[in-house]
Amino acid sequence: MNQRMFVVVGAAAVLMFAFAPLMIAWAPYESTMGLVQKVFYFHVPAWFVMFLAIFVSGIASAVHLAKDRPAADRLALSAAELATLFGAIGLITGPLWARKSWGVWWQWDARLTMAIILELIFVAYLLLRKYGGAGSDKLAAGLALFGMANVPFLYISVNVWRTIHPRTSVVPTLGPGMFGAFWWCVVAFLLLFVVVVAARTRLEEQRARVDDLHLALEDY
Amino acid sequence: MTWGRVGALAIVVLALGMALGPTVAEAGLQPQPALDEFVPMDQVPPEDQLPAAPLLIAAYSLVWVCVFGYLWSIWRRMATVEREIAELSRRLSDR
Repeated sequence: MNQRMFVVVGAAAVLMFAFAPLMIAWAPYESTMGLVQKVFYFHVPAWFVMFLAIFVSGIASAVHLAKDRPAADRLALSAAELATLFGAIGLITGPLWARKSWGVWWQWDARLTMAIILELIFVAYLLLRKYGGAGSDKLAAGLALFGMANVPFLYISVNVWRTIHPRTSVVPTLGPGMFGAFWWCVVAFLLLFVVVVAARTRLEEQRARVDDLHLALEDY
Repeated sequence: MTWGRVGALAIVVLALGMALGPTVAEAGLQPQPALDEFVPMDQVPPEDQLPAAPLLIAAYSLVWVCVFGYLWSIWRRMATVEREIAELSRRLSDR
């Protein structure tokens, strides 16, 4: 992403996030959960963006494994870090919502258990990249592919297994007031993802440049 | 009614009680069914407002702490790498 595009997308993300609290405040209360249901407007977009980050990381990892492209590896690492960040946001906001609407912070049902396993897979990916040494990029790429394969199961888990988590039918059936606020937040999170993944990939490019400069100094 | 019929009726009642008893008792312990859709309403019930607000505020605050913390970590790491690049470039040009 060039600098001009980076600034434009970044500014759009800032504006959308600045307006998001108003959209959320204007959205109607949900009939059974009331005020606390408004956690939904950041909770679900965070998971959407986590899934997107996992797919980006998984596909880039597949490209790196197949064609040994460092650029794809850098993108995979950046997206994996963001998947962990947005997964953590989902795992923090979810229990705060659950405490009020379910009466418990956590429930070991299929959806929540799979969600924490997916988060741990990407924590393992990052630990592997940091401490795995030579060759850890290929091993981590396999882990990212494994994480990506888990996403569809996590998504449909609420429809297949018995759980108190709302089903996937909630989003398509949102009323007009909720629909606009929700998709506004989804777009804001997507723009944030695009900007941050570009910045994080740039950091990896600069780190590769540092390695090249060290090699150049040793050659002298 | 003979004693035999009373006994048979008692056994039937006992059998039904044993069969249905646990089911009826467990029905109260079943988790709430998952929601299929969110139904909007105009006003939140008054008893719902105070307990929910701190959780909602905590959720949104923690999201911003996570996002800004991560952006700050990228900025800090980028500054370190840029300094290292400048230093290595200077040493390379000195040779």
